[in-house]
Amino acid sequence: MTIIIAVSVLLGLAIIFGLVLGFSAIKFHVEGNPIVDQIDSILPQTQCGQCGHPGCRPYAESIAEGEAINKCPPGGQATIEALADLLDVEVLELDGEHDENPIKTIAYIREDECIGCTKCIQACPVDAILGAAKQMHTVITDECTGCDLCVAPCPVDCIDMLPIPTTLNTWKWQAPQPYQTHSKNLIATDKQPAVETLS
Amino acid sequence: MSKVFAFHGGIHPPENKHQSTQSVIAKGPIAKTLYVPLQQHIGVAAKPCVNVGDTVLKGQRIADAQGKFSVPIHAPSSGVVTSIGERSVPHPSGMPGLCISIETDGLDQWIEHSGLADYPTLGKDKLIDYICDRGIAGMGGAGFPTAVKLHLGDDHIVNTLIINAAECEPYITADDLLMRERAEQIISGIGVLQFLLEPSHIIIGIEDNKPQAIRALEIAIQDCKHNIDVVSVPTKYPSGGEKQLIKLLTNIEVPHGGIPADVGIVCQNVGTVYAIHRAVQYGESLISRIVTVTGDGVKKPQNYDTLIGTPFATLLDAAGYIKENTHRLIVGGPMMGYSIQDDQIPVVKTSNCIIASTREEMPEQPPSQACIRCGMCEQVCPVQLLPQQLHWFAKGQEYQKAEQHNLFDCIECGACSYVCPSNIPLVQYYRHAKTTIREEQQEKRKSDLARERFEAKQMREQRAVEEKAAKRKARAEQAAKAQAEKKQQAQEVESTQGVDQQQLLKNTLKEAKLAVAKIEQEITNNSGTEQAETISAQDIKLQKAKAAVEQAKQAIVKSTQATAPIIDIKKLKREAAMANTKLSKAKQALKTAQEKDQPGVEQLAATIETLSKQADEANNAFENAQQENPAEKTTSTAPAAKPKAMDADSKKLKTAAAIARTKLKKAQTALQSAMDNGDDTEQLSQDIKLLEDKLNKAQSAYEQSQNATSSTQTSTASSASETSGDSSHVDIKKLKTAAAIARTKLKKAQSQLDKLTDDESNSDDGAALKAEVATLEQKVEQTQAHYLKHKLAQPADSQSTESDASQRQEDYEKALKLYTKAMTALDKAREQNSPHVEKMTTSIEKLKRKLDDAQAALPDQNTAANSNNDDNNQSQV
Repeated sequence: MTIIIAVSVLLGLAIIFGLVLGFSAIKFHVEGNPIVDQIDSILPQTQCGQCGHPGCRPYAESIAEGEAINKCPPGGQATIEALADLLDVEVLELDGEHDENPIKTIAYIREDECIGCTKCIQACPVDAILGAAKQMHTVITDECTGCDLCVAPCPVDCIDMLPIPTTLNTWKWQAPQPYQTHSKNLIATDKQPAVETLS
Repeated sequence: MSKVFAFHGGIHPPENKHQSTQSVIAKGPIAKTLYVPLQQHIGVAAKPCVNVGDTVLKGQRIADAQGKFSVPIHAPSSGVVTSIGERSVPHPSGMPGLCISIETDGLDQWIEHSGLADYPTLGKDKLIDYICDRGIAGMGGAGFPTAVKLHLGDDHIVNTLIINAAECEPYITADDLLMRERAEQIISGIGVLQFLLEPSHIIIGIEDNKPQAIRALEIAIQDCKHNIDVVSVPTKYPSGGEKQLIKLLTNIEVPHGGIPADVGIVCQNVGTVYAIHRAVQYGESLISRIVTVTGDGVKKPQNYDTLIGTPFATLLDAAGYIKENTHRLIVGGPMMGYSIQDDQIPVVKTSNCIIASTREEMPEQPPSQACIRCGMCEQVCPVQLLPQQLHWFAKGQEYQKAEQHNLFDCIECGACSYVCPSNIPLVQYYRHAKTTIREEQQEKRKSDLARERFEAKQMREQRAVEEKAAKRKARAEQAAKAQAEKKQQAQEVESTQGVDQQQLLKNTLKEAKLAVAKIEQEITNNSGTEQAETISAQDIKLQKAKAAVEQAKQAIVKSTQATAPIIDIKKLKREAAMANTKLSKAKQALKTAQEKDQPGVEQLAATIETLSKQADEANNAFENAQQENPAEKTTSTAPAAKPKAMDADSKKLKTAAAIARTKLKKAQTALQSAMDNGDDTEQLSQDIKLLEDKLNKAQSAYEQSQNATSSTQTSTASSASETSGDSSHVDIKKLKTAAAIARTKLKKAQSQLDKLTDDESNSDDGAALKAEVATLEQKVEQTQAHYLKHKLAQPADSQSTESDASQRQEDYEKALKLYTKAMTALDKAREQNSPHVEKMTTSIEKLKRKLDDAQAALPDQNTAANSNNDDNNQSQV
């Protein structure tokens, strides 16, 4: 008798929990892979394609599927670290040949030379270039991500990638120099005795 | 006196205030050139509203505020605007900013200005706008637009107004001197704030190291009706910090991320209050401020009431600048200020002090060493942060953790750096961390924007592709539609053409009718006069008309040929389908017959018999009509009235004949299918033959009836023509033409009718056409007979031969018709690959023979017309 009670109780519990889980699986079903969104939010959204993907989201998707996290030069080491932190994987060095601290640039069109071919407009992934056919084009500097994609299509090479100028509003306090660099003669005994050098 | 509380931490650095308090505020020199930066406040930079070369007066607005978080800029002195461009501005970065350079004329001529004598009548909003227009921003250090702070009363309950007069930083004495010398004016300014913010309590917080200022203020508030307290707070750096002073005076802590107004407190700097007073009382814009010039680098440290835009060098020179001794120029206090390299940097609204320090006074920061975790920084932090932790995080670039440790609550007072035994520039770390985090946030915003734009672009492109596809599809559909429409149109055109032709035919029929009627009338009119000449003349007339008719015929044939192919193909198709269905029906019938063996076939035969019966009925009806018609004809005196009555009868006959014909056709197909299956078809074929005979009979009866009517008419006509005079010569011609025309029209109408009947399109038009064709036929017969009679009457004058000839003509025509029909049937059969083509050909041959006989029997004169008929047949076939 006791066995029957025990079995039935457990069975009942199993049914209840099964129903609860089944219901919540439908009710709280998450569309898509949420990790992709998280990865995508870390990526710098330059849409430059240097990772070999057509945009940041595709790279985020392939990272979610196990691709290396060190293929984003615009994001740099900071992005790699953030990704490693998010995905709980090892921090890697930036893949390929890249500058340690790439200077952020944005595109400028030498407007006198622009012939109005609209090729750069088509190439721009973020619609940051303004212009019309046979009209001079210009870059909306606030929107430009510095992805470089407009430079190649320009038939007259009138697009320059120039570093973003620092203004009073964007100026950044520099980090203090680490103490090691100028602590050579801090300790008295470390100092080279002047007498020795004389003798 | 209010109770004074305490805030955590704080330091007591050497004050060094006494140097600059020895003398009263001096009037600052008017520099030769004033450099007025456009950004002297927090928020959006002002926008220049003067051009280079403009002469400006003192207090004239030279730059407009841009948006809510901005204040305008005014010319500090009269002069000429020499340039608007980048110049060094007081900023820790040492970077240039946009400045308006004014070359002063030394006159220092004020623009017309006047204060607001009774501001309470103006209303709060207008007064605040007025204060904003005077360019007043916080003069304590941050440069927060004062108007924004004054609007805090709109949505916050302000209990306490705190006037910040602590001036806790070492060296700076500007506020101290201001209070000492202009206490009444400060109280007056407080009055304006009292009106605007309506606080219940006003506290002037002042450090106890300024006894003279305290005394001056206390004297000033004696006559004041407002609830003002002058509270001296213990000297401790950084008691002048807004939140620290609030804590000191009210023991209230401003919550993290909040503003003092959230706890019912508004803080204003004493210098700002003074500026408000100047603005409201005298209408003076904020164009000057008191700047402490101090340090060992100047001979005579002093406070100067200096115009905004005055280069520091000018001020320092006025104070006896010893450039050789000066090691560093520091703007602001030694704790929170920053070094500047360029002494041409101008005074701005927030510049309270310039220190020309010697090397001894402010020694080089000793090299920093490793943190020893002594915890002293934590002890002195006025915000109770963990500077040590923040340092680690900032150094290790763990900005997120630093943020979690409330890095942004740090007021950058520098107390931690001051006490650090390892000389770690902690504040610099924090500042760096802060700006880096801000930059990251900025980048995040930017990347979000970029993502948004990228996604928008992608969506747009996708949409464009989809639209393109949709368009292409739509275009294809449209093309298909257009094609279908074209087809339909063509069809319509055909049908309309058909209709048109039908209409045309109708019209021509009408005309023919009219012509016939006319001729008849003429003939009747001319009856009584019998002359051979007139008859011959009529003959010529007729012949001419005939030629004309031939021409018309050819034209019509051409036109039908032009439109025929399309119609023919369709027709054939439809006919094929029809034939198929009929065949299938017949097959089914046959199948059932086979299943039921003999009786089935009998049934089939029975149906055919019923068909034949129906044909008989039609025949009878026709014969009846025939009998009726002559009687009617003979009795009728008005020939014009005859056709109508005859019309109806012959219509009936015609329909009966047509029905019979279709039935025959059906029977024939049934027979064919039956023959396919090799059953006893002989009976069927016999039946069909019977039917055919009956049909022929019906048709011949019909023709006869027509002949009869025509002959009756002819008789009257002949008599008429005989009696006609000279004009009858013309009449016969006319008659002939009319006859020919009628004939052609009839032919055409018939072919059209055939088509229509074949198509089984029993439309009204078809029926009408049929009827008209019938009438036409009749008329043609009539006219022809009429004509023939005339013609024959002339040479032979024998009535019997005439009638014979006409009879023969009828026979021939009948044969011809049959032959034509047979030919079309044969064609159809060929198309359907029917196995009975041979049989049909034999029957057609028979018909042909008959036709030949008829032709032979015909008089020679009609051969030409016959050949024409043949041509027509051929073209139709």
